Amino acid sequence: MYLYDQYDQAMVDARVAEFRDQAQRRLEGKLTEDQFKPLRLMNGLYLQLHAYMLRVAIPYGTLNSRQMHALADIAEKYDRGYGHFTTRQNIQYNWIKLEDAGDILADLAEVEMHAIQTSGNCIRNISSDHFAGAAADELVDPRPYAELLRQWSSFHPEFSYLPRKFKIAVIASDTDRAAMRLHDIGIQIVKNDAGELGAAFYVGGGMGRTPMIAPCIKEFVPLDRLVTYAEACLRVYNRHGRRDNKYKARIKILVHEMGAEEYTRQVDAEFDHMLSQGIEPPFAELERIRTFFEDPLFEEGASAEIDRSDPDFALWVDRNTHAHKADGYVSAVISLKPVGGIPGDATSEQMRLMADLAKDYSFDELRVMHTQNIVLPHVRVADLHALWTALEEAGLGSSNLDTIEDIIACPGLDYCSLANARSIPVAQKISERFAANGKTEALGKLKLKISGCINACGHHHAGHIGILGVDKKGVENYQLLLGGSEAEDVSLAKITGPGFDEAGIVDAVETAADVYLREREDGERFLDTYRRIGMAPFKEALYG
Amino acid sequence: MRILTGNDLKSGSVTWWTGSDWSLHVEDAVDVAGSEDEIARREEASRRVNAPYAIDAEIYEGRPRPSHIKDRIRALGPTVRPDLTLKPTDPDIGTWVI
Repeated sequence: MYLYDQYDQAMVDARVAEFRDQAQRRLEGKLTEDQFKPLRLMNGLYLQLHAYMLRVAIPYGTLNSRQMHALADIAEKYDRGYGHFTTRQNIQYNWIKLEDAGDILADLAEVEMHAIQTSGNCIRNISSDHFAGAAADELVDPRPYAELLRQWSSFHPEFSYLPRKFKIAVIASDTDRAAMRLHDIGIQIVKNDAGELGAAFYVGGGMGRTPMIAPCIKEFVPLDRLVTYAEACLRVYNRHGRRDNKYKARIKILVHEMGAEEYTRQVDAEFDHMLSQGIEPPFAELERIRTFFEDPLFEEGASAEIDRSDPDFALWVDRNTHAHKADGYVSAVISLKPVGGIPGDATSEQMRLMADLAKDYSFDELRVMHTQNIVLPHVRVADLHALWTALEEAGLGSSNLDTIEDIIACPGLDYCSLANARSIPVAQKISERFAANGKTEALGKLKLKISGCINACGHHHAGHIGILGVDKKGVENYQLLLGGSEAEDVSLAKITGPGFDEAGIVDAVETAADVYLREREDGERFLDTYRRIGMAPFKEALYG
Repeated sequence: MRILTGNDLKSGSVTWWTGSDWSLHVEDAVDVAGSEDEIARREEASRRVNAPYAIDAEIYEGRPRPSHIKDRIRALGPTVRPDLTLKPTDPDIGTWVI
């Protein structure tokens, strides 16, 4: 994985010193809250429902064990012993004290981490495929390109005050595991007919109050011009994006209102202009970055045989491992979704265990999934039972990946000042309901996503089943949506009809699941059945 | 009634105006109807509170209780982690919030 050079470290250290001084001046009354707020947000420090909340960037979701240990130590030393892994592959701490913020950032800097650009109208943390560098189906490892974009976008003076926040995802597989087309810019590394690698650009996607799927505006950009093309996309947005209305300020609105064709024409014109200036970053820098992402030394001839005599272990292997590019290896997913648990939360002890297991079994690497689980990307098949045993003993052995119990949920009204309804209790009740009724196995792959407000941090638009919490005259109410997908078969979910109360939404999810079980044909997922039979049978079952 | 809330500058903890000071407990809050802006301005200037604002509340079992569920959760703590709330052992607290 990428290691900071002297410039990276100097930049982060300088930012720590700067923010420590800003926080001190705020505490001394030399800065008002109005003056301080944009400064703290630039460093990921929010004022949330109960306290300050710090969001720490985990570039493209990649961590080593030392960094995970540091995250655990921060949770224990400065917070309340846990952290929350988010839908953008980051981690959030919910109980931070302003007087500790400088020390926390200094601790992060010691392990090459920071909270820069995790808030504000700038280019946020670059996200990617959580199986990058390991997946059997990827073209190349997308992370060098994500890292190049991270370096380009960090402190970029032209893009520090965009009309709105800006999110980029990079993948290199036809299977989209990063919700690529629901980002402001989605980049897929592709190969052209001549066998050359390039980047396909999808621009203008997003969730939030106006969900949109990004159209492909360029099918192939040579890799040595990747950054320049991204910069052209940003320049046109920065020039024309609306600043008069924050609800219409995202690039998806610009692309929609301007039209993808005209937007692309302007981007191409800007791109041509930039090429005439000769300001592309040197290709050698990409080559330098790429050296940090070379494969670990996989054991040749590693055994792929598994003793499946323990049914619980066999189920975990079937559900929670993913095909690896090296024979005898898999990527193993640690579920942070125990039945009745809080999706994405991990205690300091759990973080330390995951870090130690990564060191023992996965070449010191971990990944954060946008679905709020943790990946050990390179595990020998022969080590799987020992790994699973250790996870089971720590309560981390849930075998529910991609099932109805593997729920994405935003922090919701329990933690978030923007939320209108609680998300977590709904997730807890649904996972308990399906664990008890035994339908999880029969339902197969079913992605359920819950947001506590229209901002859609819980990706409800992209759930096979989505739930949106709203405020109905001061009472929590939940809308049910069906038919969304964030994968390569991307689609936006549609609302079924009137909302439900907290108990009612759990019943409604089970009703929808039962319609699927009744109507499905061989091999169909929930989403496939919905697409075939449409909304009507579900509405009939839900509302009569 | 209107009660005044904000966050402690150093810790970020939710606090409530008691008439003379700031308390962690919403039950200590007093009615500030008509004077909320003046108190908020004065207290923020003296750095005894961060980002204060007034909310609607009602009297519930003799004590102030925020009218909106968001403010009640804010006053108590996350409903999904009762161990982290201000009243971790109160069996009736769920009724108070919801």
